[in-house]
Amino acid sequence: MTWSDVLTQLFGGAHDVRADADFLSGTATFDGQPLTVVGTTHHAPIGFALALRQARVVLDTVAQHPGRAILLLIDTQGQQLRRHDELLGINRAMAHLGCCIDLARRRGHRVIGLVYDQALSGGFITSGLIADGCYALPEAEIRVMRIPAMARVTKLSEEFLTALSKTSPVFAPGVQNYVRMGGVRDLWSGDLQACLRDALATTPTEDVRAADGYLRGGRKVAAAVVEQVLAA
Amino acid sequence: MSVPIGIESLNYEFPGHRPAGQFAPVLVGVVGSGNMEVMLEPASTSTCRFAVQTSARGFGAIWEAVLRDFQQRHGLAGVSVSINDMGATPAVVSLRLAQAAAEIE
Amino acid sequence: MTHHPHPLNPRVSFAECPARERIALLFDEDTFKEWITPAQRVMSPHLAQLGVPSSFDDGVAIGEARLDGHTVFVAAQEGEFMGGGVGEVHGAKLVGLFKRALRDRPAAVVLLAESGGVRLHEANAGLIAVSEVMRALLDVRAAGIPVIVLIGGANGCFGGMGIVARCADHIVMSDIGRLAMSGPEVIEASHGVEEFDSRDRALVWRTTGGKHRYLLGDCDQLVDDDVQAFRAAAIAALAKRRPLSADVLEKEHALLAQRLVDGRETRDAVELWQRIGVTQAARVPDMNATQVRALRSREESTQ
Repeated sequence: MTWSDVLTQLFGGAHDVRADADFLSGTATFDGQPLTVVGTTHHAPIGFALALRQARVVLDTVAQHPGRAILLLIDTQGQQLRRHDELLGINRAMAHLGCCIDLARRRGHRVIGLVYDQALSGGFITSGLIADGCYALPEAEIRVMRIPAMARVTKLSEEFLTALSKTSPVFAPGVQNYVRMGGVRDLWSGDLQACLRDALATTPTEDVRAADGYLRGGRKVAAAVVEQVLAA
Repeated sequence: MSVPIGIESLNYEFPGHRPAGQFAPVLVGVVGSGNMEVMLEPASTSTCRFAVQTSARGFGAIWEAVLRDFQQRHGLAGVSVSINDMGATPAVVSLRLAQAAAEIE
Repeated sequence: MTHHPHPLNPRVSFAECPARERIALLFDEDTFKEWITPAQRVMSPHLAQLGVPSSFDDGVAIGEARLDGHTVFVAAQEGEFMGGGVGEVHGAKLVGLFKRALRDRPAAVVLLAESGGVRLHEANAGLIAVSEVMRALLDVRAAGIPVIVLIGGANGCFGGMGIVARCADHIVMSDIGRLAMSGPEVIEASHGVEEFDSRDRALVWRTTGGKHRYLLGDCDQLVDDDVQAFRAAAIAALAKRRPLSADVLEKEHALLAQRLVDGRETRDAVELWQRIGVTQAARVPDMNATQVRALRSREESTQ
């Protein structure tokens, strides 16, 4: 589903979101309330500049529209892999975007992430994964790294990794795995408006992902280790 | 070709004659390439028990020789030795074991 | 838990110490109390099936210690184990540490970071873990407890941990340390050796090393590769809380937006340093920490 289709299903014509190259931004009206929409498309590589552009929208919402909810639309191939971005400090720009979203949350803005196509680690850690909660369309994919690069770094063969990504929840890119592991709260299908309405109303503001991962059986150890540290 | 077939577990037990008594667990080394970590803990036996987890499969005979040699030198009794290994050479294994033993002797 | 004794030496290389030794030598003597000890064997549930050996502490030691008499919570990542990569257990230990800090309110949380980021061998679990660490760190920061990151290991601080580090109040680096997002090999594999020659060590360190980060302002202190220098810097950082607010983030935004302008089409760090007013930019790679520190105070005082 394209970003445009997603927004039509969510808001009908009640939005002014536009794409400027890979960058999406605008305002929508949902259940009579305005809502900020910001994100990326075309499997965007997130570089220093694009991280900043998204941060600007979040900061503007905080400054000008107290309490307004923010919807993050995620479609990215991960961080931009360029010397120039590293030189300028892309990790700092990404941390800045993450901190802006975190500030918005603390100021009472609901922040909901939606992976509508794909998400790869660096482009996802400081957007969807730092929202109040992250959701996904059923056909979306979330990965840490593409298999050829992963094979080079881990020295595990591509054949082995490919087989693993079919059988192991730790490696499989389907969003169903992320739901099971607690990283994604739920999948949105059918009546997307009802999904968004529910997300805005019920997404917790504390980080419950480790508990979800345990309850859903996809991440059996993390929550218990956290408790063990608290009790040590 | 790198299709892993798992970690190899090796276990040995040798008699000892120098009781180590009670001591806080000792940890030496790091599980890096060509390296290993070894932890010594008190045990309620008169022997020295070795439990090795290694990614370098097929070297059981060499492990037995190195560990037996270590035990001949140190004769530890009432000690449990646990090793996580990522392809350390016999020389490195012996070094780490000696460093660990030095902490309880 | 004892550690392998290190020969007494006035200057001990931070980079060459394993994580546990850094803890033993940096904090007040014999004050480190570990939570979840190696003997408890809380280890990775994912590595064995890949034929990879696990570590008793999953590559990170956490606990509390005293720093100049103040109670601090501590984590030290072992860069030699899986490149310091964050897996499910490793990440949960860090999250637990931050959550405990929220409850017990130490003077600071000190993170000795050495990591490639998400542990690829634990893929999805590692990615979610890093994100949980980030949120827990920001909770601690929002509660007014400073988070101090020390980066001086040979493996640097990359990937998701490179982002986590920049969420902290204060960063101390040596020139051996690196702070960035993607490793040079990944960039070279993606866009070719012209884009980034990963074997050109001087280039790698100019682009991501401590001196560059210090000159840009991406780390707060630059020290020699010396455990005692890191200790002194951590003590100095105890007083340097930087709570986040909309004002602070607006200033940060303006700084980064300006950097985008200053850095337009720069190919190399030397050019970027010249653009931001660093004198003797071409000689920076040969300078020591003291000399580079003098450059930044000069640069700041002319603005």
